[in-house]
Amino acid sequence: MTTTHDAPPAYEPLPEDADLWTAKIRRKLVRALPPDRMVPDRQPAYLSSWIYIFGALTMSALAVVIITGTLLALEGPAWWHLSTVGLFVNSLHLWSVELFFFFMVIHLWGKFFMAAWRGNRTLTWMTGVITFMASIGAGLTGYLSQTNFESQWIATQAKDGINAIGAGAFFNVLNFGQMLMWHIMILPLAVVALTVLHILLVRTKGIVPPFEIASPEGGAHADATAETAGGEG
Amino acid sequence: MSKNRRFNPDRDVNPWKGAYRPYDIAKEVTVCFIVVALLVIVLSALFGSPDVKSVTLKSWSNADRVDFATTAIAELDGTSGTATYGAPYNNVAGSGQKVGPVSLVNLMGVHIPVNPSADFVINPLTTVTGQPALSKALATFKAASPAQQAKWEKAYEDAVAKAKVVNNTLVVPAGPYGPVGVLIGELTSMATSGALDTSIINSSGFYSTDYTKSLLFVADSGYLANKGAAEHLSGDQWGMMNGTANYPGQPWLWLYTLWYQVPPFSTSWSANADALVWAFMMVLTALLFFVPLIPGLRSIPRWSRIYRLIWRDYYKGRV
Repeated sequence: MTTTHDAPPAYEPLPEDADLWTAKIRRKLVRALPPDRMVPDRQPAYLSSWIYIFGALTMSALAVVIITGTLLALEGPAWWHLSTVGLFVNSLHLWSVELFFFFMVIHLWGKFFMAAWRGNRTLTWMTGVITFMASIGAGLTGYLSQTNFESQWIATQAKDGINAIGAGAFFNVLNFGQMLMWHIMILPLAVVALTVLHILLVRTKGIVPPFEIASPEGGAHADATAETAGGEG
Repeated sequence: MSKNRRFNPDRDVNPWKGAYRPYDIAKEVTVCFIVVALLVIVLSALFGSPDVKSVTLKSWSNADRVDFATTAIAELDGTSGTATYGAPYNNVAGSGQKVGPVSLVNLMGVHIPVNPSADFVINPLTTVTGQPALSKALATFKAASPAQQAKWEKAYEDAVAKAKVVNNTLVVPAGPYGPVGVLIGELTSMATSGALDTSIINSSGFYSTDYTKSLLFVADSGYLANKGAAEHLSGDQWGMMNGTANYPGQPWLWLYTLWYQVPPFSTSWSANADALVWAFMMVLTALLFFVPLIPGLRSIPRWSRIYRLIWRDYYKGRV
């Protein structure tokens, strides 16, 4: 038996288990998402600005949106018209959505002006943009699911734009049942999955460093692995 | 990726060689969540949320019988907004917005069939029993030639323009409109009693979660348009991004809504404004999505120097 000092990391399988699918998946996952990158306790010194808080604020608002939306779902889409408790939960849902978008837009513009796609972080930027678009869809279908005048108005107005590009044939904003399903199932799933992917990319690629004062001598730079390794340690 | 690719400051970074410092992400996320949750509770307690009641065919017809009858005859004679809409609801020659020569809505075709004269007028009236006058009027109308039907419909349109409401009853001046007076009169009675809501919503069965037909009918009215304008929700009032009762609504749609307010979308392109605004927004969205790959566009952050404000601690003391 080997000593503890010489033992391989816990995620490495025993040699005789190395071909097991489970062992391979675990090893790949841990190597792709190492715990010290997923939950780091140190960050580069440049990470010092109020703008960084807006990513966490957006995530927090999304959590409140999901919690309050789940509470609304417990009693159904018309509950809040008839109950003062329901109306308050609806208010919580509305204001968490407003804050979610407010924080997300500031986060987006902050990342734009930091050119946060630099250093092989293009996919991080793109997943953020898609999450923003999916969130707009979730917001729209939420307004369509209110079962009140606002839903009626938005449905009858939005149909023209969506029909004009041919999408109205399969995405019928006048169909309450379809919009409710999109709002409480399809789009939340998409937003949450995209957010998780976005966060994993942020954690694996690290936080983008500031612009250099001047480009390095010689003009050439290392390969993609080396350039992204500088994100955080 | 080439290892000798030239360094591009808008695409590449050098490995960070500087200092690291403790950073408690778990604490940050927890504090953020608590702060946001408290903020949401305070905003909800202070402002609540708006809930303007929905418009039903019953509430609309009771509030404005003349508007209802005017809309109903337009549905019957095929001149209403829905009847002349085209795809995806019905086939109408010359309908369908275009982007250049392409009409995407027409390419997709009719997927949600709606026949306003049948779905909104004739079929609901056919469900009424025990009213010989209505049955006779329906039979007369159905047996008449299209030309005769059109004459009656036109005569009723002219008459209903001078209609009044007396003692909660629609009073239309006499005219050569044959059975159409009875049809629209009975439809108005159905609507004011609430029976028309049920008839249209339940036309495909007991359970329904699809309000397409009812919404299209209501949307053809002047009543809904006036109510929307009163809530500052019309297209020329920045439309959907506003909420009812002066609540914030969907302010993140401001850019989409903006194009409807400005030329040429609001003027020479207005006939195809929806298609063109959507197409334009798709181009803008694609640009946002591909910013990291578009030379020039991806340099804006460096040129703007706003990053110096964001990372002002880092740049302090640096040239």
